[in-house]
Amino acid sequence: MTNDLARWQFATTSIYHFLFVPVTIGLAFLVAVLQTAWYRNQKPEYKRLTKFFGTLLLINVAVGVVTGLVQEFEFGMNWSAYSKFVGDVFGAPLAMEGLAAFFLESTFLGLWIFGWDRLPKRIHLACIWLVAIGSMLSALFILAANSWMQHPVGYKLDSAGVPQLNNIWALFTNPTFLWGYVHVILASLVTGSLVMLAVCAWQLRKGHEVEAFGHAARISVLVLLPVILLQMFVGNKLGEIETKYQPVKIAAAEAQWENCQPCSFSAFQIGGGKNDQTPSQIIEIPHLLSILATGTWSGAVVGLNQLQKENEKKYGPGNYIPDVFVQYWSMRVMAYLGSLIVLLALWGAWLIHRGTLERSKWFLRVSLVAVVTPFLMNTAGWLLTENGRQPWIVQGLMKTINANSPSVTSTDIWISLVAFVLIYIALGAADLVLMLRYGRKELGHEDDTEGSGASGKGATTIPALTY
Amino acid sequence: MQLHTIWFVIIAIFWIGFFVLEGFDFGVGVLHTIVGKTETERRVALNTIGPWWDGNEVWLIVAGAGMFAAFPTWYATMFSALYLALLIVLAALMARGVAMEFKGKGDGQRWRRTWMWCTTIGSLLIPLLLGVGLGDLLHGLPINSNHDFTGNFSDLLTGYGLWTGVTLLSLCLLHGSTFLKLRTTDEVRERSRAVARPLGWAAIALVVGWVIWTRKVAGGPDVPQPCEVLAVIAVIFAARLAGTDHDGWAFSASAVAIAAVVGSIFIGLYPHVMVSSTNAAYDLTVNNAASGSYALKVMTVAAVIFFPIVLIYQGWSFHVFRGRVKAPPAQAESTPATTPAAQT
Repeated sequence: MTNDLARWQFATTSIYHFLFVPVTIGLAFLVAVLQTAWYRNQKPEYKRLTKFFGTLLLINVAVGVVTGLVQEFEFGMNWSAYSKFVGDVFGAPLAMEGLAAFFLESTFLGLWIFGWDRLPKRIHLACIWLVAIGSMLSALFILAANSWMQHPVGYKLDSAGVPQLNNIWALFTNPTFLWGYVHVILASLVTGSLVMLAVCAWQLRKGHEVEAFGHAARISVLVLLPVILLQMFVGNKLGEIETKYQPVKIAAAEAQWENCQPCSFSAFQIGGGKNDQTPSQIIEIPHLLSILATGTWSGAVVGLNQLQKENEKKYGPGNYIPDVFVQYWSMRVMAYLGSLIVLLALWGAWLIHRGTLERSKWFLRVSLVAVVTPFLMNTAGWLLTENGRQPWIVQGLMKTINANSPSVTSTDIWISLVAFVLIYIALGAADLVLMLRYGRKELGHEDDTEGSGASGKGATTIPALTY
Repeated sequence: MQLHTIWFVIIAIFWIGFFVLEGFDFGVGVLHTIVGKTETERRVALNTIGPWWDGNEVWLIVAGAGMFAAFPTWYATMFSALYLALLIVLAALMARGVAMEFKGKGDGQRWRRTWMWCTTIGSLLIPLLLGVGLGDLLHGLPINSNHDFTGNFSDLLTGYGLWTGVTLLSLCLLHGSTFLKLRTTDEVRERSRAVARPLGWAAIALVVGWVIWTRKVAGGPDVPQPCEVLAVIAVIFAARLAGTDHDGWAFSASAVAIAAVVGSIFIGLYPHVMVSSTNAAYDLTVNNAASGSYALKVMTVAAVIFFPIVLIYQGWSFHVFRGRVKAPPAQAESTPATTPAAQT
């Protein structure tokens, strides 16, 4: 019970946190691109766009940062047995994340917000790039830590059976990490560009500042297209890596109970869970699963039943199969929505080619709706990854059931769960109100009256009243 | 010096850095409605910390993550023991962090008032509760042979822990007022000077009491240790200087006072990291709570590379925004929400 509650809490808080993180990473990059464009071409509308999307970025960063604090504390609060067990290995990338990424991101964000008229243009531009780099670095370290839970490397067990780090390099060359990291960065760029595209679509449909938002819309499509195409490839590659190191995860995602060769891909099915392993309704595509999972035309995929037997032999009795329904559908949400976004990006690119993007009513309409898809795909991706690792918290080393804090009671977790949910609802509502408000606001004027006050050394200065 | 001792010192430095830097942010957060009577003055007060508070908060995150990496057992036992206290700290950190960003982005009385209270209460609760937590490390909590906490929430509210929390809160308030005095002009600065005086007296009394109590709790000689003496001297200087025009010196003194108090806690702890009130044999120490030597070596290399870089750019950021903050002239007073500058 306590363990389940702790799991619910971690799932809730981390999924929520990851609604904001990809927006931050993606938008920070895009805002940096806009500001770079302004720096180069000196056209005022690019500065206005930079500030406009910069505000949206800041609104998201605020929630992303504070919900990240919860994650950082939660390991120790709810999962003290886990923390004691893995700290030697898992702690290092976390501490590096703080040192190398959080300081960078937050310090230069402050410099960027308040530095518009204080810093030379080139330095100010460097600030937003450092924010973007900081946010991407932070993802790097946390994913190195997470990938170690998926595929532990670079450690030896000490006499008490506790993993001890013995090769830090292995953590950062872990294939699960390398592909997983690229996957997350691409997902963030997809998210950022779809958010930016949706805002532009709304503004363009209202006929506001068609020229400026037209530029921004084209930039988002031009980022989106290569990124989503690459993502389809990287996602597939990550699937192959996981088939190798976490075969149960992928077999469950395909609801593949029996061994097969060649394996057909189930595009849609009803049933096929643990208690009725033969689905009642199924649409199959021959050979596709072999291609996806192994990269070959007729590759073999080991079914869940055999994997269960192997795991029982290796680790003793127990259930080693995660929830198949969650696995199966989270994989498909990603794959299907991702494919739709490929079509959207191609459509957008074609409209850019014809020069009619700003006027295409249907494209703008669809782009507006499409803004929900990255959030669904991101959430599905984490469900697939984390649920697919169950019953393990660290694959093969520690089970989730043994990982929670012995001193923390169900009541404690109930209290904190309710508190977090209430706070998160309030934060989400405030964030949404502000995003809608600022996303639909008119583009600000370029001439800043704010900053004539920057004068010599140590002098009294008049700030931008940001708060 | 052994690696785990080096890491104990590094973690102590992160906690000290956090309280010295974020300490004035907390002070400003609590005091901004007192030193600022109009909306513009309140904005001026919050703007004194505007570019920095977020970066200052990272010191806490790195302190926590450093404990996780270097002393996993310490991190696990402390964070699970302080469960409900840390829940409140998290709620306060969230409310305050979002408030800083969101307050100026909406208008309407209710919106502003709500976020104003989030800033004030959040800034008050965080140093208080973290202070209770740090005091408890030294005082001791019921911890069993497995290094698990066996008490409940009321066990966290030790007299010494509470005194430590209130002492640190008072120091943050004093530090915030000397900071505001250093960074503002005219009425806001005068009001900061006015609040600094009573805060200074209160802080002196609390710090002296804290030093006496610490001598009882920490064991060892009854005579105050050098760092504790430094804390008392510094807080007296800060309180005296707060009334003068030596803004920089007053701020430096309050910074030293806060650093010396937090530093004294860690000096008092060493070589323990967490004391068990159940049985001295169950104490967590730098030896039994530490990670292996390879992990510590890796972390040391990372710290040696990154920490100086962090200090350089954070220092540069302080340098860039070093001037005093003052309200924009004229019309902004009546309609702050529509100031063009508010759009950033």
